[in-house]
Amino acid sequence: MALRPRRPRSDLPLAVDPSSRFLGWITALMAFLAALALAGAMLVSDMAQRWDSGLAGGLTVQIAPMPGAPVAPLDDRAEAALTVLRSFPGIRSATLLSGGEIARLLEPWLGAGAADPLLPMPRLIDVVTDGPVDAGALRLRLGSAAPGATLDDHAVWLADLRSFAGAIRLAALGVVVLIGAAAVMTVVFAVRTGLAIHRPVVELLHLMGATDRYVSRQFERHVVALSLRGGGIGLLLAGGMLYGLHRASQGLRASLLPDLTLVPWQWAVLLLVPGALALLALVTARWTVLRTLESMP
Amino acid sequence: MIRFENVGLRYGSEAEVLRDISFTLQPGSFHFLTGASGAGKSSLLKLMYLAHRPSRGLVTLFGRDMALVTRRDLPELRRQIGVVFQDFALLDHLSALDNVALPLRMAGTPETDVVAHCSEILRWVGLGNHLHAKPSTLSGGQKQRVAIARSVINRPRLLLADEPTGNVDDGIGMRLLYLFEELYKLGTTVVIATHNEALIRRFDHPRLNLDSGRLMVLPARGRGHEGRAQETRANVSRANDSRPNDSRPTDSRWE
Repeated sequence: MALRPRRPRSDLPLAVDPSSRFLGWITALMAFLAALALAGAMLVSDMAQRWDSGLAGGLTVQIAPMPGAPVAPLDDRAEAALTVLRSFPGIRSATLLSGGEIARLLEPWLGAGAADPLLPMPRLIDVVTDGPVDAGALRLRLGSAAPGATLDDHAVWLADLRSFAGAIRLAALGVVVLIGAAAVMTVVFAVRTGLAIHRPVVELLHLMGATDRYVSRQFERHVVALSLRGGGIGLLLAGGMLYGLHRASQGLRASLLPDLTLVPWQWAVLLLVPGALALLALVTARWTVLRTLESMP
Repeated sequence: MIRFENVGLRYGSEAEVLRDISFTLQPGSFHFLTGASGAGKSSLLKLMYLAHRPSRGLVTLFGRDMALVTRRDLPELRRQIGVVFQDFALLDHLSALDNVALPLRMAGTPETDVVAHCSEILRWVGLGNHLHAKPSTLSGGQKQRVAIARSVINRPRLLLADEPTGNVDDGIGMRLLYLFEELYKLGTTVVIATHNEALIRRFDHPRLNLDSGRLMVLPARGRGHEGRAQETRANVSRANDSRPNDSRPTDSRWE
């Protein structure tokens, strides 16, 4: 008979433990939630970054109609503002938005009436900067050249956006940490249950010369295999859900929804979830077994 | 090899089950451990295979004072001791081969060597056709031989057997004793707890007799086994360098 190297599944029959049945599924659930939390954080980060880059490096000048006031006509004031802007240090370009473009911007709030020529509409100038701009000096010059002109450097918007994105990232990190803590507790419980159930076998292994590390490796292999399997299932489910959301967001006309598409490196981050859970399970199992065995003779 | 001096053992706050035990076992010796049920044979064996620590007294094993041995040092010492448990203590979910392989795998033996050695020793005890059988499919005698194979697979310096013939008929019991004799001749120190007087008379080795927790050493009745053991020790290193094929019993002796 040919002799082939064979490895037993385990010296401890851990696979038939009741705790083994739920550990895999709990890990799958945790991987699912962790993947969704991470994906959510990455999507929100992307969205905030897009808004940030869209707003940073730009200014908006608004020249309001001033009916009855002793000032130059609106178009003259807009031209004066453009002249000031184009000669101001740090400004690359200044473009006056057309009436149609302004009406489109207002359409979500005013509806089709935004294009009514009788509606007193302000003039908007989109400014692109290529360096630091002294907003205070620019405001003063605009105020004297074009009365009624206001300068919006988006500082409030940017601060709010950054704060919002930071909060979302923090919340996602909190969810991941909570999931990790739950994973640790689950593994501790499963390992302690396994040790209690198989205590006679563990004692027998000790009497035959097994070290604590030898025993802990049995548990480590067991929980790592379960974590990888459960984590893989959870990741597949999360991937399916994210793909479904991506398809759903593409089908919607509302452009206010963020783009729910993950780029390849973000998928790669999600692929790390089962491995991270398995690593956490391994460390937890080792620590739990070694600590518990210390109390045995 | 083993030295006990005024050793006592009690479980919890109960009365001592072993009292003032003193004896010395020379390397390469063979002793029966006798005594009525409840006399403390299993407790004494547990002290020898380091399952318990004595409540008092001095135990020296392989030249080391056990009071000074830390928990971390125990695995190395235990690997030098082969134990045949009264109830076999086989792991039911493992095959005969995997049960026998446990001590080797614990010692980190390469897997190809593990399979080769375990297959060889299982054939040696007449179980060559049962390598992958689970214990639940084996008879009492077959389980006993798996347990014995496991106890000697890593060539222990000390072999302890607790009623190894208690669950088998006299014929198999006699064959098992022949196996222990062969190991003894190869230089292993052997202690066998039994109350089978027929076997004790047949093999005529010194006795450690326990009576109500106290030990008395009774010499062999006439064949001078201690002297023979001394002679055997001279050949121990040479004998230990070869697998026990030379003294391999045929399957027909076992089946």
